Amino acid sequence: MCGIVGLYLKNESLESQLGQLFVPMLIAMTERGPDSAGFAIYGDEVADDSVKLTLRHEDENYDWAGLAKRLETAFSTKVDWFQNSKVAVLKLMADADDAIAYLHENAHDVMVMSAGKSIEILKEVGLPENIVEMFKLGQMKGSHIIGHTRMATESAVTMAGSHPFSTGMDLCLVHNGSLSNHNRLRAELKREGIHFDTDNDTEVAAGYMTYRLQQGDSLNQALEHALQDLDGFYTFTIGTKNGFAVVRDPIACKPAVIAETDDYVAMASEYQALTTLPGIENAKVWEPEPATIYVWERGDK
Amino acid sequence: MRTVDLATQTVRDLNQALHDQAKQCTETEWEVLNPKGQHNLAVGLDQKLKVDIKGHAGYYCGGMNKEADIVVHGSAGQGVAENMMSGSVRVKGNASSSAGATSIGGLLVIEGDAGSRCGISMKGSDIVVTGNVGHMSCFMGQAGTLVVCGDAGDALGDSLYEVHIYVKGEVKSLGADCIAKEMRDEHIEELSEVLKRAGVDEDPHAFKRYGSARQLYNFKVDNASAY
Repeated sequence: MCGIVGLYLKNESLESQLGQLFVPMLIAMTERGPDSAGFAIYGDEVADDSVKLTLRHEDENYDWAGLAKRLETAFSTKVDWFQNSKVAVLKLMADADDAIAYLHENAHDVMVMSAGKSIEILKEVGLPENIVEMFKLGQMKGSHIIGHTRMATESAVTMAGSHPFSTGMDLCLVHNGSLSNHNRLRAELKREGIHFDTDNDTEVAAGYMTYRLQQGDSLNQALEHALQDLDGFYTFTIGTKNGFAVVRDPIACKPAVIAETDDYVAMASEYQALTTLPGIENAKVWEPEPATIYVWERGDK
Repeated sequence: MRTVDLATQTVRDLNQALHDQAKQCTETEWEVLNPKGQHNLAVGLDQKLKVDIKGHAGYYCGGMNKEADIVVHGSAGQGVAENMMSGSVRVKGNASSSAGATSIGGLLVIEGDAGSRCGISMKGSDIVVTGNVGHMSCFMGQAGTLVVCGDAGDALGDSLYEVHIYVKGEVKSLGADCIAKEMRDEHIEELSEVLKRAGVDEDPHAFKRYGSARQLYNFKVDNASAY
């Protein structure tokens, strides 16, 4: 069991309240996933020639200022950064692959949580209410956010095994369910050069998405392929730079409910997580169909 | 009428108060406020009560119901009226998967759409869905009627026993051993009666009937010695 929640704002005037609206949604899913929680928030976009990296170090007193200085020297550019608990968000004018390669080479104990123009992935082991407090989610702004509360079944309760999983630039994935062919698929994807950090089944789904997108698939095509190649039970929510997508396996045992108003689209494992949203009483509420891809995205600004 | 406000009281308080009515009935009309999608609302009732749930319900609402008439003024989550014995459950909105699962008696009316596996393993209840039902509906259904005024998803009536299925719209596909059957006078009569009881205004002649071809392993007398 796990809980998934997502909130995509159609009404830009609500962007300053994104975190505040999302906090009760994530906490409402504690019963479905009390062991870890995480979220991917999109906003505060960097310029086209820049990259935003979310990095994590086990030591809360890690010298982020020192790392930022080293990056400034290496890339001859200014690095904007701020720390949030064990995580730091760095913004710099550089190619994402080059910046990540530099970190792997020169700061190998730093974990890259996400990379893109807009995405920040924050996740930890613990009760959702504690994770929310740790990262001060209530104060965050943005255009959309997806989150996950985990009750581990297929692999250990660790930060690395918690969701969301990054699947490429500005992309991430959260999952409720379990995959049954993840071992074979992981082996195949490793041969194709996809790197895995854990034995987690969802990481394989994320790696699969990364692979398909590298092959030139659109998000829709990648998800169509996922419906063919992933065996097991799943409801996925996929965060993209401009919105999010929802897909359920053809059997659709894992729950999902979607609510839409003029102001937002929200999804959750259970309706309970949506009850605090403004105007939910009059929202269009429905259950996504099995093996059907739903995408909500805004055009590039 | 007694009102239970779930903004201030727990689901356990609600269900206990409703169960107490089985021993001594002191109040027949109940109203539940602020359900907010909570699970297990009004389960295990055993008395002629009228319960109005004013909002959306979570999982298993009205489960195991006996005699009570429960109305959800909103949508319901998985397993609404599961294992219902008698009485009725009416959902004004949509229902999620497994609506009326294993229900033995009573009437379940869903005024919107029902998700997958509607009426799975039903054992004698009547289920009327004004909208569509999802895939695998009536899987292994044993007795009762399933009436769908809209369309049915894939694998309708898979491994069916003796449920009478009536569908007005399209059936995406039939499950193993489920076939279209002739609509005889007795079926028009049965369907008319169920629609009338459900308060649904539809012409019974517009429906098609589906049932079991009785060709699967368990229907073959040659296999009886295996048990």
